[in-house]
Amino acid sequence: MAEPALKLDPSEILLSVNNIEVVYDDVILVLRGVSLDVPKGKIVTLLGPNGAGKSTTLKAISGLLGTEDGEVTRGNITFMGEDIANRAPEEIVRRGIFQVMEGRRIIEDMTVTENLRLGAFTRKDGGAAIRNDIDLVFNYFPRLKERTGLAGYLSGGEQQMLAIGRAMMARPKMILLDEPSMGLSPLLVKEVFGIIEKLCAETGVTILLVEQNARMALKIAEFGYIMESGKIVLDGPKDDLVNNEDVKEFYLGGDKERKSFKNLKSYKRRKRWL
Amino acid sequence: MESNLLFQLIVNGVIVGTLYGVVAMCFVLIYKSTQVVNFAQGEFLLIGAWTCWWLVTSMALPFWIAFPLTFVFMLVFGIVLQMVVLRPLIGEPVISVIMVTIGLSIFFQAVMKSIFGVWAQPFPEIFPVKSVNVLGLQVQPAYLMSLVVSVVIMGLFAWFFKYSRMGLAMRATAFNQQVAQSLGISVKNVFAMAWAISAMVSALAGVVVGMVNGVSSALSFFGIKVFPAVIVGGLDSIVGAIIGGLIIGLLENLAEYADGQYLHLGNLYTVAPFYVLVIILMIKPYGLFGTKTIERV
Ligand SMILES: Nc1ncnc2c1ncn2[C@@H]1O[C@H](COP(=O)(O)OP(=O)(O)O)[C@@H](O)[C@H]1O
Ligand SMILES: [Mg+2]
Repeated sequence: MAEPALKLDPSEILLSVNNIEVVYDDVILVLRGVSLDVPKGKIVTLLGPNGAGKSTTLKAISGLLGTEDGEVTRGNITFMGEDIANRAPEEIVRRGIFQVMEGRRIIEDMTVTENLRLGAFTRKDGGAAIRNDIDLVFNYFPRLKERTGLAGYLSGGEQQMLAIGRAMMARPKMILLDEPSMGLSPLLVKEVFGIIEKLCAETGVTILLVEQNARMALKIAEFGYIMESGKIVLDGPKDDLVNNEDVKEFYLGGDKERKSFKNLKSYKRRKRWL
Repeated sequence: MESNLLFQLIVNGVIVGTLYGVVAMCFVLIYKSTQVVNFAQGEFLLIGAWTCWWLVTSMALPFWIAFPLTFVFMLVFGIVLQMVVLRPLIGEPVISVIMVTIGLSIFFQAVMKSIFGVWAQPFPEIFPVKSVNVLGLQVQPAYLMSLVVSVVIMGLFAWFFKYSRMGLAMRATAFNQQVAQSLGISVKNVFAMAWAISAMVSALAGVVVGMVNGVSSALSFFGIKVFPAVIVGGLDSIVGAIIGGLIIGLLENLAEYADGQYLHLGNLYTVAPFYVLVIILMIKPYGLFGTKTIERV
């Protein structure tokens, strides 16, 4: 049985992924026993190189795996104590988990407001509450308010803001953010991450943040997991990770050539999931 | 005298064109939200018209009750058709699904013939007058009703896709099914909805044409004429479908005029839309309003 990663009080845990295995097209094994816990009201980041399986992990949680012929074949995912693995995405949205997919994926032929209204699709609390929340989103992202044309004409940064705003519209308990920094200038990354941090602090929404930009992600997250080739290879509170020599060298260091933890003698891979 | 006839034909063209537009819109609705090319669109008219005819004659219901009842029946019919026949085909190759809709078209025609016979049946007189005078023109009341209802339906469509929650969900699904699902939209429900609305609104056209020409399998041919309308407008554009419908309706009537006045080729007007279709597609392969990457709006 898996030992809890972050030594959390079980009542604090909102989402718990336990030793999951994910297979695409019945044959491609991508996640090989991934476990992670996300405490309520916190920002947790999942880091790792391209192709490690970060997006797959998020899709396993949100149920979008099913739309790509993927399946959780082992382990379980519990959200507020209930197993949600392999459920339909619309059910998971209704339960309060909202994924902002990689590459923003806003609806380009709709206006900003129409995109935001769609974020509230699963809500039942009527027009006035939704209009209120649109204003709330505009408070967080003032520059979206000025954009009256089609969302396809927004800049990359604005599209990312719209994608996050659209997630807010669902009033989720938890947002899964997949590489919000992708393709944005450093200045914009800073702005967007600042807003993510503020969002978590002010609304209490829990955030699981997938990033390749470890430096920025560890600035706002409280906990981090590092994933390579379909496995979690390291985890811990933000400070432990930031001060870890290997993380410094491979994820925060200046040199661009990233080696793998797997080839590292000094790093004892933890095998607690086995 | 002759210019009067021309004017009358233009008015007819607009009226019939709006009907084509409405049916074309229904066809585009299914294509856009489910990527299915529905060759059974004409049979929706047929089934709708027979249903309404049966309610009015055999059940002796007043028309103003039978008409909405037909709508309700077609709504349910569309949902059941999607759930039973088309849902299991999701993910199958496009060509298989097209073959199935062609099969459905033949099947429904046969079923209608076996129930209602092969002869055209006239609708009982619904309106007290044969024609009404509009600005000096004689217009059949059924056509007048059709024009009003068509315009109302187009208005409702515009409202539905712009403001309603379900309409936005359908547009999201048309844009990208995975994105729609990530927002909590059930794509299956959207598909059922598209078929339901399409069947229901097509039935309206079926009833109107049935009231004018009698109810018979010729109504399916009306559905076939919608193809040029759709293709002229661009397969994936609702506005294009309406304009395409108007173009085809006008062309048909103008061709009739040209034929009657000058050419005397006979029956030219029924095929004229298809010639125009070919010419337009040679100039604009994606239709007048279609997008080049046809999945997008
Ligand atoms: N839909 C899919 N079908 C098959 N293989 C996939 C699919 N999506 C991702 N993969 C594979 O799974 C691995 C992990 O991908 P992904 O989760 O996107 O990684 P990351 O987000 O960390 O870059 C990659 O090797 C990728 O090729
Ligand atoms: Mg990814």
